[in-house]
Amino acid sequence: MPSLKIDRRTRPGNSPEALNRKTASRGAYQPAHTTAIRRLRKTYTIRLWSVRHSRALEWVYGHFADAFLALHPFWKAVGYHRAEGPVTFIERRAKGLLFDCRMCGQCILSSTGMSCPMNCPKQLRNGPCGGVRANGNCEIEPDMPCVWVQAWSGSRAMRKGDAILDVQKPVDQSLRETSSWLRVTAQAAAKREEANPQ
Amino acid sequence: MTSGSPPRPPQTDENPLGIDLPLDPLPGHSSLGRLERVLRRGEFAVTAELNPPDSANAADVYERAAVFDGWVDAINAVDASGANAHMSSVGICALLTRMGYAPVFQISCRDRNRIAIQGDVLGAAAMGVANILCLTGDGVQAGDQPGAKPVFDLDSMSLLETVRTMRDEGKFLSGRKLTSAPNVFLGAAINPFAPPYDFRPQRLAKKIAAGAQFVQSQYCFDVPMFHEYMKRVRDMGLHEKCFIMCGVGPLASAKTARWIRSNVPGVHIPDDVVKRLEGATDQKAEGKRLCIDIINEVKEIEGVSGVHVMAYRQEEFVAEIVHDSGALRGRKPWKREVRADDQLVADRLDDILHADNHRPPQDIVGEKAH
Repeated sequence: MPSLKIDRRTRPGNSPEALNRKTASRGAYQPAHTTAIRRLRKTYTIRLWSVRHSRALEWVYGHFADAFLALHPFWKAVGYHRAEGPVTFIERRAKGLLFDCRMCGQCILSSTGMSCPMNCPKQLRNGPCGGVRANGNCEIEPDMPCVWVQAWSGSRAMRKGDAILDVQKPVDQSLRETSSWLRVTAQAAAKREEANPQ
Repeated sequence: MTSGSPPRPPQTDENPLGIDLPLDPLPGHSSLGRLERVLRRGEFAVTAELNPPDSANAADVYERAAVFDGWVDAINAVDASGANAHMSSVGICALLTRMGYAPVFQISCRDRNRIAIQGDVLGAAAMGVANILCLTGDGVQAGDQPGAKPVFDLDSMSLLETVRTMRDEGKFLSGRKLTSAPNVFLGAAINPFAPPYDFRPQRLAKKIAAGAQFVQSQYCFDVPMFHEYMKRVRDMGLHEKCFIMCGVGPLASAKTARWIRSNVPGVHIPDDVVKRLEGATDQKAEGKRLCIDIINEVKEIEGVSGVHVMAYRQEEFVAEIVHDSGALRGRKPWKREVRADDQLVADRLDDILHADNHRPPQDIVGEKAH
């Protein structure tokens, strides 16, 4: 497999081949689509594309959030809790395609250079760990470019890229599988109403 | 003291009212520990890493700590480093504080969620731990049990913030109040030798914002690279907000160096280091020499407050390395750190050994309280 060639010289003990050998003893056979490193390079080409176009996506995302906020009366009329199902359905697929979204329910893409931090095997939300390889790949999945190396380069292209320097709170696991879009919209609407109560 | 022994030289880190009394809190200090005092006095600090035993025997820990006696300011108790199971760091800390050593309690986010971690912080602080080092931890794949579930509920940054909240605001993450806050000196790890290099000083700034008061770096074998990093750190003024300790260690041979390079995540060993080891007749001695040379170079860098010696399986050389490099600058680290409840434990033991009618321990506690 050509995609597994990276790193063989620099990291023999931790190469994809070595990891495969290490885990081969676990069972009689290795399913065709999985390896010890879990994800093959071709499965995240779109995610890497999104990071390369972080500035454009930031623009799109900003306008999209405004549009969602403009729809606040509609969401309110329908009921946020009733909109949750269909919106989550669309959000999961749209962000799943573009960012390999894991539906953590508290999206911080705009603070991470449009590189979803939940794709980090350690799910770090505050920057890269110390194990990043010299070639910028992940310590755990030798074939995958480090999510945070990507995030840093993506954030440099963005207008508000310095949001990557903010300290993020730990993930609230109780919000998993819920819509981040609706939550952000509801919060923004509440804030707007608080600012000018009529 | 017994009357026969020669007079003890005066010690800075000792309660003037009695050697057996805990230190008084100093203004601006967050712990009662020795490491914080040494660093805040502006002295060059030395810490070392204890190789955790694969045993349930306390003597193993005492033996491994004894080689550092009088050479280091604090001993790091690692938390299943490399994702291999060993004696727990909280257990090692409990044993070390019992013997009067000053441990640095390492917490990694790999194995425990926020509930377990907050409990361990309280437990360790109650055992007399004055320093806590917050780490992300290696992935489970690095160890010998790659099938384990990686937890990573918090990351090093949110862990720092959690412990700082417990200390400064006296409450759990949930907001529930603590009756007694853990007074600890907070540390974190840095790795200036891994990409993205531009982000690394920013990440240190983030860690300081999250509560880091001292940092220990990954193994430094590339001094020019460390120079570069420190220059950027100084430009940002970070060395004034945080004590930076450089991680160093002896390499046993060129073969070990190559093995570490390919198997231990995040360790960067330049080719000329491997070549230097290869060219030597006695590679082990050369590895030690190299470590001493690196200490001598980094201790002159502005903003470096100390070294952290990680001599994995060569712990017996730490004393020699510290001595030969002159890292302590003639200072002799004080050996004892007193726990708040030391006297209580001594009284209880005395009672068990000598008293005819045993008093229950709560009576001893009651007497002490009044």
